[in-house]
Amino acid sequence: MPKTIMTVDDSVSVRQMVSFTLKNAGYDVVEASDGRDALGKLNGSHVNMVITDLNMPNLDGIGLIRAIRSNETYKFVPIVMLTTESQDTKKQEGKKAGATGWIVKPFNPEQLLGVVKKVLG
Amino acid sequence: MNDQHREAFAEEAYDLLAELETSLLELEERPDDKDLIGRVFRSMHTIKGSGAMFGFDDIAAFTHEVETVFDMVRDNVLPVTGELINLTLQARDHIRWMLDAASTGEAPYRQGSKTIADAFKKLVQDKQGGAPPLPSPDPTALPAGHGVLSTYRIRFRPSPGIFATGSNPLLLLDELKGLGECVITVHTDTIPGLEEIDPEACYAYWDIVLTADKGMDVIRDVFIFVEDISEVTIDLVDHGDACAEEPDYKRIGEILVERGDLSPEDLASTLKEKKLTGDILVESGHISRDKVDAALAEQRHVREMRGKRQTEETSSGIRVAAEKLDSLVNLVGELVTVQARLSQTASLLNHTVLTAVAEEVERLTGELRDNTLNIRMLPIGTTFGRFRRLVRDLSRELGKEIEMTTEGAETELDKTVIERLNDPLVHLIRNSIDHGIETPDERQAAGKPRKGTVHLSAVHSGAHVLIRIRDDGRGLDREAIRAKAVEKGLIQHNAEIPDKGLFAFIFHAGFSTAKTITSVSGRGVGMDVVKKAIDALKGSIEITSEKGTGATVTIKLPLTLAIIEGLLVSVHDRYFILPLAIVEECVELTGTDATGARGGDIAHIRGKPVPYIRLRREFSINGNIPDTEQIVVTGINGNRMGFVVDTVIGEHQTVIKSLGTFYGDVEGISGATILGDGAVALILDSSHLLARVEAQQSVR
Repeated sequence: MPKTIMTVDDSVSVRQMVSFTLKNAGYDVVEASDGRDALGKLNGSHVNMVITDLNMPNLDGIGLIRAIRSNETYKFVPIVMLTTESQDTKKQEGKKAGATGWIVKPFNPEQLLGVVKKVLG
Repeated sequence: MNDQHREAFAEEAYDLLAELETSLLELEERPDDKDLIGRVFRSMHTIKGSGAMFGFDDIAAFTHEVETVFDMVRDNVLPVTGELINLTLQARDHIRWMLDAASTGEAPYRQGSKTIADAFKKLVQDKQGGAPPLPSPDPTALPAGHGVLSTYRIRFRPSPGIFATGSNPLLLLDELKGLGECVITVHTDTIPGLEEIDPEACYAYWDIVLTADKGMDVIRDVFIFVEDISEVTIDLVDHGDACAEEPDYKRIGEILVERGDLSPEDLASTLKEKKLTGDILVESGHISRDKVDAALAEQRHVREMRGKRQTEETSSGIRVAAEKLDSLVNLVGELVTVQARLSQTASLLNHTVLTAVAEEVERLTGELRDNTLNIRMLPIGTTFGRFRRLVRDLSRELGKEIEMTTEGAETELDKTVIERLNDPLVHLIRNSIDHGIETPDERQAAGKPRKGTVHLSAVHSGAHVLIRIRDDGRGLDREAIRAKAVEKGLIQHNAEIPDKGLFAFIFHAGFSTAKTITSVSGRGVGMDVVKKAIDALKGSIEITSEKGTGATVTIKLPLTLAIIEGLLVSVHDRYFILPLAIVEECVELTGTDATGARGGDIAHIRGKPVPYIRLRREFSINGNIPDTEQIVVTGINGNRMGFVVDTVIGEHQTVIKSLGTFYGDVEGISGATILGDGAVALILDSSHLLARVEAQQSVR
């Protein structure tokens, strides 16, 4: 069964690119437009990994990571955050919240898949 | 990045710019609104982030400047002023213009960017009295492998809470394994007793000795996500320049001291004794067995690696001419035959001492046979390697994107089999690439990944090896094949045929060259040749396919062509061998079974019709028919087929002898063997006999 990855980003184009790359690599993809949407879509469903942006309306990435980690079902799910070079403090905050890893924007499909493989196996 | 994504980005960017404009105008009225500032920042941030990803580097670079300023506004370093809003609005218009220009391919626009960017910088400097902090992008330079093998000693001790970050230490170990040759020792001495154990904590830690042609940075990168929450130490312990003249590596005690697991004093006191250092250390309680094992693993690994560098691969074996091996196998075959005679004689004479010797000889002969046949076994991986190139070249030529994956490259097969398998496999892979896998555009239209996959796998299954070629292409068109089979008169137009049987038609000679089939489903050119080659190897071939999702060709081959397990049967005074691997069951043939439908030779076994051949009739053997005949039911490619014989004698180690040039191509007989009493038994070519019966039936 293909593994399911959730991509959370308020930018449609980034989401599209992530989703396109992952689907091409044989993963199933669930898209969510922000943290709140993501939590709604998770809600007990089967997700093997989450890739989330940090800056988002409604519920930002850090909040999302905290919420996911505090949920028994997703306690050990790998979460990768998308950061930019100017967000080092955010990155630290994300790690503290329980993120597994990060990808620095801008990134290309190979880098994305590299990180996915790293944390998902 | 393709245009579709660029368009999506541009569309989104226009929306964001519109939102940015509104936010900025509102911000002018309410300069203290944190939410608004956040919104402005986010818009910029998204434009920058996605812009860079979709190749709008100029836009990304420019937006970065504006974003930096707003980051400062957000952090209360810069106040929101009319000037700032003005400038940002200008910047917003400029980004819009850059987007327009990019989509129409207009002239360069750097000049404008610079003016506005400079204005921003000035603004920041005025307010702050210093240069704005413009962090440079993370250095992502990964030094390429420097070509020389180095050995690293890595200790990876994850914090107990590592699982809570979604990290899996085992994946990291796998990643290390992918970098080079790797010896991993796990330490379990830190795992507490059951009462205290927290099942969600990670207690174990690992010592890894890795030899790879990678720099230290590459190895450090493996642990990049976990370095803050783990203790990771990496030391270079041996590198390619280190003299290979000195294949001996450090002593065990030295390694332990270097690793910090042991103090030099403890080592010194231990060295006074004259036992193996490791053993003494464990006994004396200075150190745990795991730690010593890990150090020993390192010692062994480095020694091996050094040894390898010294001798390359020459020491791994000796080269022997294939003919010498063949004659050895022949001799062993003779020996097996003689041994069978000896055993038979011993049991006839009923002589205790002789029987004991005969049993001993039987055991040794068996071992000798297995060993000898083993020498001829080669991993199939060498062939797989060659196909990689074929796939690459062919897919380029045809403008397709294809990836080849392999599995079970270490599966061993008789050398002769591997050699003779090459051409059929090339043919099948060619077919998959040429006809099976669609062009990238077609694939995309069908909702599949652009890149097609050809998967080659080999796996042991009893006395056989299964080789599968699987593609995720368009699959076989069963209707087209069916139509062709009807046209060729192979089946009735209303015949119900399962897919398996239907697909088997593409192996028929002549079927293949049919233009309609190749243009519709694409399969079939020369598949009869493939089938013949596989038949000659005593193998079978089968296709499964789902239209639109791909096809799988499975080739089943015997492990060896020299000696097989057979079932010995007799008709009157003649002996025959059936390969035991295809025998499903032996039952008595009763009178009622014999009269089947249409008066043909069909037996009903457990309610199912099984066509059969009377070997007596097939080979024109005289003699009295016994009261009860036996029927040996075989299964080939899912088709059942019975052979009616007088007596089933039993299992027999069959040394295959060819029939010689005169009888080489007798249909239905694939060889002969010599029995213990010197009699000759013919080995039945069951698939051939089956095909003949099928042919007769379909004519009817």
